Amino acid sequence: MKSLSEIDTISKRASRAAGYSWGISEEVGKNIKILEMFGLPGIKNLNNFFNNRKIKKFENLNFISKDNKTASSEFCPIVLGTNFIDQIKSLEKFNEIKFEKIAYPLLFLPFVSRASEIIGKRILLKFDNKEFLLNFNLNIYSNFLQNEIVESANTILIKFLENSDSFSEKEWENLYKLSEETFVEESESLKQVGAGAGLTDND
Amino acid sequence: MEVQLRSPNIVMKLSRLGSFHQSKLSFLRSFLKEFKNWEYKRDLFELDEFGYGTAVYSFKKNNRIYSLVCFANELNENERSDRVIASKWDAAFTLHDGVPTKQDLKRLKNEVPKQEIGRLSYKELTLSRANKSVRVFDHVVNNLSEGRQPDVNLLSKVGYLYRTTAVYGSGKFGLADRFRIKDREEIYGPFRLEMMLVYFVRQFTFDQVNHVAHSKNPKKAIALDLEICRNLGIGNSTGLGMAPFIVNHPTLLNNWILSRETALKKIREIKIVKKEDSNTFKKLLKKSIKNITSWTTESPYQQKKIKSLLNNLNKFIQFLEEEFDFSNEYSFNQLYLWLEKNTCEECIEYVVSMMMEPYDDIVDPLINQMSSDEEKYFNIPTERTIADLKKILEEKYPSILKIDFSLKKNNQNFWFISKNKEEPRMADRFQEDGSELEQPLAIARDIKILYENLSLFKSSSTIDKFLIKNQNLRHVIRRAFIIEKFPYSEIQDNTIGESIVPIDMLRLKLSFFGALKFDPRSDKWLRICMFQGAPLPEDLKNYNDHWVYNSLN
Repeated sequence: MKSLSEIDTISKRASRAAGYSWGISEEVGKNIKILEMFGLPGIKNLNNFFNNRKIKKFENLNFISKDNKTASSEFCPIVLGTNFIDQIKSLEKFNEIKFEKIAYPLLFLPFVSRASEIIGKRILLKFDNKEFLLNFNLNIYSNFLQNEIVESANTILIKFLENSDSFSEKEWENLYKLSEETFVEESESLKQVGAGAGLTDND
Repeated sequence: MEVQLRSPNIVMKLSRLGSFHQSKLSFLRSFLKEFKNWEYKRDLFELDEFGYGTAVYSFKKNNRIYSLVCFANELNENERSDRVIASKWDAAFTLHDGVPTKQDLKRLKNEVPKQEIGRLSYKELTLSRANKSVRVFDHVVNNLSEGRQPDVNLLSKVGYLYRTTAVYGSGKFGLADRFRIKDREEIYGPFRLEMMLVYFVRQFTFDQVNHVAHSKNPKKAIALDLEICRNLGIGNSTGLGMAPFIVNHPTLLNNWILSRETALKKIREIKIVKKEDSNTFKKLLKKSIKNITSWTTESPYQQKKIKSLLNNLNKFIQFLEEEFDFSNEYSFNQLYLWLEKNTCEECIEYVVSMMMEPYDDIVDPLINQMSSDEEKYFNIPTERTIADLKKILEEKYPSILKIDFSLKKNNQNFWFISKNKEEPRMADRFQEDGSELEQPLAIARDIKILYENLSLFKSSSTIDKFLIKNQNLRHVIRRAFIIEKFPYSEIQDNTIGESIVPIDMLRLKLSFFGALKFDPRSDKWLRICMFQGAPLPEDLKNYNDHWVYNSLN
């Protein structure tokens, strides 16, 4: 079994050899490590992408907007992802972002996962019938469990999820009430000697 | 009185970093302290009459066990090489997490002797190999087998029976990743398990030499005297592989240096130095001179440094004895200022290390701050402005921004990874091929380019916009935002210049390991000694932390 450190190093060097700058290659190394750590096929997809890149041209999207369409071919997931993470603070204001045609969307995924950590919000990413909930780069929750190469995604939707409770106020109250059963009623004499008792706070 | 931390523009110069010495902060000393209450055992020792076979040693505490697995093999004289391109060694080692099963031993026997081309698993933590110092090893075997102790003078010239030629950890060749062990309560700082491996290897060398001598002449042979054992360490040959490490781990480098600088600052801020502390300092300083007078090297570069160190130290001791009064307030601060004015860098840093000796209360809390969670600082704060970044560069890299990289001499070398052993190397850009495959280790040059490119951009613009057109500088933009928070994270020198002495980079790292007797064999590799004078495993429960200065050699 390859260690995560080996996965990071080899992905970084391979990215550099494929023509990306050292700085971007460092990002790819980290990202493939994240994918493999979360049980997603990072190496498999990166390897296939680099092979395909020799014969196919991909489009670089520099400025990301709410709705992003390619002029011709598919977006390069690495350049797109790098710009996505770089521009995340200004992209956050859109509730949703749409992309048309991203090559090897799984390689774009870790950039979005890290962006979720940067802005402190969960992000939902959907393409085809696959859904990924990116939880602050702590984990990726998904209905996609196949160890396979995904060469392309036609429409990708990204939704920034507001930090809100996943439960109703009533459910919380019920649970809170139950938790109160671990408390002890304090006697009057104990209340007299609690922290701050007997002092004036106007000193 | 508040003393300022020393400026990174002084401390992080390569000539200064290359003058660092071991101290109480060094990892091998910390390792011994942290593991002194662990139960040591030799679990397996199956060597033939020539000393070839398998051995297992362990440290145990509660439910945690670390086991060193050793494989000693026959090696022809013409196969023995300290170079990283070697493919066979006298012995190969791995530190296994737990107790190895029979299947583990079978697997490891097949993989560990192969080193870089073998595959380890997440159950192994570190990997190493070592070669005998044949002259010393044979001398010891011959004498012991005849019932005599070996010639101590010969031993003291070399200092060890074996020297390692590489020690690997952190996920290399399938070894366990750092995340698997970093939160263990016994792992207080960096490189602890590498230190454990080397410490066990030292014991193996004594056991093996005794075994071979006994096998040679069972009736007459005696065991190597324990005091002689204590005065032997483990040698290590180190090449350029280690140099990029300190460039590639900026926050870790910062935490090592910051701990050292914080210790010095706190010591200089002591108003009244207790008599017992000044006595400890003086006593150990004088005792330590033995480590310098017995420091032999054929390197003219190091000979010059040792000579200057010794002269300066003698001058300092004379000042200490004849003119200095420790009852003055802030006496360590006065001493430090005197050193800066009157001695060389090698001597200043030597005495800085010695100043820490009386102060466990200052040093111990810092030991725990020498690791780093590097991933936390990876993301670039792209919402910051060009003006912010320019200010960082001007404040944090002032001398680097003055270097003229249009001059050939400032651009002379490049760092690359060699194809045959996947190891970092340095070469002349104008004489060798391959500079187009340069590693991102020319930080000074790239910082300068970044600064020049920033000047073409609007100050109020943000980094994300700058990056769109300047992704080739992404790696140094990341570093600039790291140095903003971690002032000692960067070498303040040109690592590709004509006058670079790469062994300065090795020396820095090795001093934090706790190495002694740096012996440069060229400007690109050196030999050192580790654990010389250290307690033996059976002494660990009750040993003197100043063992470094007890060496007879």
